[in-house]
Amino acid sequence: MIELHDLTKRYGKTLAVDRLSFTVPQGVVTGFLGPNGAGKSTTMRMILDLDRPTGGRVTIDGRRYGQLSEPLKYIGALLEAKAVHPGRTARDHLLWLAQSNRIPTRRVDEVLALVGLTPVARKRARGFSLGMGQRLGIASALLGDPEIVMFDEPVNGLDPEGILWIRNLMKRLAGEGRTVFVSSHLMSEMAVTADHLVVIGKGRLLADLPMPEFIRRNSRSAVRLRTPQPERLLDVLAGAGLRHEPGPDGSYEVVDGDIARLGELVSAHGVVLHELSPQQASLEEAFMQMTADSVEYHAGDGPGRDAAGAPGEWGAGWNADGSRPAAAARQEEN
Amino acid sequence: MTSFPAILRSEWTKIRSVRSTVWTLALAFVVTVGIGALLSLLTNNNFTEFRRHEQTPFDATGTAFSGIMLGELAIIVFGVLAIGNEYSSGMIRVTLAAVPQRGTLLAGKAMVLGSLALAVSLVTAFVTFFVGQALLGPHSTTLGEPNVLRAVFGAALYLTMLCLFSAGVTAMLHNQTLALGVLVPFFFLLSPILSAVPKVKTLAHYFPDYAGSRMLLVYEQNGQPYGPWAGFTICLAWTLAALAGGALVLKNRDA
Repeated sequence: MIELHDLTKRYGKTLAVDRLSFTVPQGVVTGFLGPNGAGKSTTMRMILDLDRPTGGRVTIDGRRYGQLSEPLKYIGALLEAKAVHPGRTARDHLLWLAQSNRIPTRRVDEVLALVGLTPVARKRARGFSLGMGQRLGIASALLGDPEIVMFDEPVNGLDPEGILWIRNLMKRLAGEGRTVFVSSHLMSEMAVTADHLVVIGKGRLLADLPMPEFIRRNSRSAVRLRTPQPERLLDVLAGAGLRHEPGPDGSYEVVDGDIARLGELVSAHGVVLHELSPQQASLEEAFMQMTADSVEYHAGDGPGRDAAGAPGEWGAGWNADGSRPAAAARQEEN
Repeated sequence: MTSFPAILRSEWTKIRSVRSTVWTLALAFVVTVGIGALLSLLTNNNFTEFRRHEQTPFDATGTAFSGIMLGELAIIVFGVLAIGNEYSSGMIRVTLAAVPQRGTLLAGKAMVLGSLALAVSLVTAFVTFFVGQALLGPHSTTLGEPNVLRAVFGAALYLTMLCLFSAGVTAMLHNQTLALGVLVPFFFLLSPILSAVPKVKTLAHYFPDYAGSRMLLVYEQNGQPYGPWAGFTICLAWTLAALAGGALVLKNRDA
C-alpha cells in the first residue's frame, strides 16, 4: 500500500506537487490521471525517493522507500522506457538489477520470457524499439516479484498491440492480488483499465474515488432540443421552470432533463422540434472539465483566465516545467 | 539496507557488460606501454646525442614511463564513463530505485571501479617498466635499484587515483559530457601548461596529476616542492575529496 500525506514538491517558484494526500488501494489497478505537467511523474519519483519532497511524506507498507531492504521485492517501477545503457544487453541490464537486490538469476530469464524478450536477451539495448524498451522496463519492474507495481505512462508511444498487451498485463497483475499504480494523461485509457481513480491537476488532488463512482458522478446527461421557433421554446421551458443551456448550432440543452416529459411538454404547446436527443458527456469531457476548473482556480481572478480555461487547449496552460499560464505569471509579479 | 556484497556484484556486472570498459582500459595499457617502448628504443639508439647537455643522472624508469601522460587520459575517460553513463542514459534512476542508500552505492561503485583500475594499472606499470628496460639495453635499470620499485608501484597508484578522482568529479557534475569536457582538457592541456608558467606553477604543483606523478620519480629533481610520498598524499587527498563531493551531490540532489 502506498500512502501519501501532504506530499509537496516545489521547484523554485513552481509548485509541482501541492499537499497531495491519498492512498493507493491494495490489489486493484489505480489510475493516476492528470494532464501533462500535472505532477504525476514528480509524485512517482518522490514515491521512489528519487526526488526529495519539499514537504509531507510518502510511505510504502508503512515505511519510507529508503528504509525498505531490497526495495525491488516490494515495489517495481517503470519510469522511463529507455533508461538503459545502450551498449548493455537486455539480459545484463536485468542481471545487475537482480544482483543488487539478491534476486536469483533464474528470475532474469523468467521475466524476459514473461515480456517476450527472450529472443533478444543478448542483444544490446541500442537497437531496441520503444516498445521493446518499454517491455524491458516492465521486466525490470517485475524482477523482484513485487506486491506493488508502478508504471509511468506505460502506453505512451506504443502501437495498438503493445497498448493491448500492457492493459492485459496490468489486469492480470491486479488479478494476482498485486497493487498496480499507473499514470496516464488519457481518460479513455484509464476508463478501460483502472478500478480506482486518482485525478490531479496542477499538483493538487482533484478526485480520489472508485472508477464506477467517478463515472456516475461525472457523466453529465442532458436533453438537446432544436427548433425553428426558439422564442416559443424558451417561453415553454421557462413556464415549466426548466433551466437550459445553449447547445451547439443554436440548439438548447436541458441538464438532467427527462426526455419523454420534455417531448410531451413541447408537443402540448405546439412547438416544432427538429431535434430531441439525449446527450451523454464522455468521461474525457468530464476529465477535461474537472482539470480545466483547476486551471481556472489557480489562474484565479488574473486578467488572463480564459487563456488557460478553454477546455480545448487545456494542455497549453498546464506546463509545470515550462511556461506557466500568463495569469499565474502575472499574479506572481504583483 | 541493501547488502554491500550485493552492490559490489551488481556494479561489477555493470562494468564488465559495456564495451567502453574494455576499450578504455586496453587503450590505457597500449598507449602507456607503446609510447614508453618507443621512447626507450629511441633513447637507446641516440643515447649520447640525447644526453649531451643533461646534468642530471639518467632516469631509465622515467623514460619507460614516458607514455603515462597520454595513457592516463584513457583511464580518466574510463572513470568518467563508468559513472557518467548512468546519467547520460537516465539509468541512474533505475539504480537508485534498486539501491536507495546513495552513499553506500557510490562507495560500492568506487570500490569496483578502483579495484579494476588498480589491477589494470599494476599490469600496465610492470609491463611498461620491463618492456622499457629491455629496449634501453645497456642503459636500463632494475627493480632492485633504489626507488625504482616505488616508482613502478607509484605509477599504478597514480593511474588508479586519477581514475577515481575523475569518477568523483563526474558524480559531482552528474553529467558525462560535461565531465569529459572539463577533465580531459584539464589534464591534457591546462595542468601541464600551468605547471610550466612562472608563479602560477606554485599552485599547479598542487594539482592531483602533478602531485601524483612525483611518485614516479627515481631521482630528486631541482626545485621540486616536495617528495614522492607528499605527492602521493596530496593526490590521495584530491581523490578522496572528489569522491566525498560526488557522494554529497548524489545524496542531496534529485535524481
